[in-house]
Amino acid sequence: MTKKDKGISVNLISRHKLEELSSNEKLDFILKEVQKGKVLVLEQGLTSMEQTSLIEHTMREIEQDTFIGIEMEGYSEDKPTFLQKFLGKMKKPRMTVIGPADLLKTIRKDSNMIQTKIIPGKRS
Amino acid sequence: MGLFGRGSFSTIIQKIFGKRHARIGIYGPPNVGKTTLANRILRDWTGDIMGSASEIPHETRVAKCKKNVKVENGKSSLLMDIIDTPGIATKVDFKEFMNTYGLSREEAKRRAKEATEGVIESIRWLEDVDGVLLVMDSTQDPFTQVNVTILGNLEARNLPVLVAANKIDMDDSSPATLKSAFPQHPVIPISALTGYNSENLYTTMVKQFGRKRRKRRR
Repeated sequence: MTKKDKGISVNLISRHKLEELSSNEKLDFILKEVQKGKVLVLEQGLTSMEQTSLIEHTMREIEQDTFIGIEMEGYSEDKPTFLQKFLGKMKKPRMTVIGPADLLKTIRKDSNMIQTKIIPGKRS
Repeated sequence: MGLFGRGSFSTIIQKIFGKRHARIGIYGPPNVGKTTLANRILRDWTGDIMGSASEIPHETRVAKCKKNVKVENGKSSLLMDIIDTPGIATKVDFKEFMNTYGLSREEAKRRAKEATEGVIESIRWLEDVDGVLLVMDSTQDPFTQVNVTILGNLEARNLPVLVAANKIDMDDSSPATLKSAFPQHPVIPISALTGYNSENLYTTMVKQFGRKRRKRRR
């Protein structure tokens, strides 16, 4: 048996990968990765409805001694302009960072930056 | 029977001028004062209360409903079913109840388990409400993911929202920050605890939730 590498994985997930998945597949994928202790940065974030579903799924998965939930921060989807609505083009939600709540903490968020911290010593 | 049949005239008037009865959910993260506000509304309009409030998060773990609360605004009024929902959170850590609030391990675990079920119930209620009174703590950063997620969800459903910027009796409150954070929605600074500005809240509730609007099913 090989010894596992110590450290925390931070995975950047491309827009292309996320676009290939249905909403349910996307939520399953995210939750499974986060439960394994990985921090994900999604190039294209989740819609508000998907975020709400992710919270609901997360609550079902909470195991009090091993998984207490998620930390999630992102920028909300841009509102489409009148012309975009007219042409049927909807802007996509923006970048989102998601990780296990015992590992990832949001320090500060404003319109230009989401500042997070990975708590050393946990799961590493 | 008249031209429109029994009851049809009032239905037509209602369709033209707006709602007379609406189911309103009180939503928000834990510990922002949802139950205190629900108690304030009920005390002012029915003389009753909704439930107990506490400084320990997730005090409300099962949604509570009070039907037929008539809120008046001059000559107009709106009959509301008020639903006090459990706080929505992305995490529930039983150790926080032990370390910060001194609950026993067993009690903390039970509270955490019930809190997760409460969050699910709150989200489920979104399907069945006609409008949302979103309570935020005006002493805290408004751009939390829970606030942003709930608001985005309500906008996607086209549900009317009224933001109650609570706790303005606190020295470090900043309702102006909340107003500038969510300019697309009415934001009413209040103190659910003292009742400050509750008249303004009720006036806006009748206007905002009495308006006719077609909600989108999801």
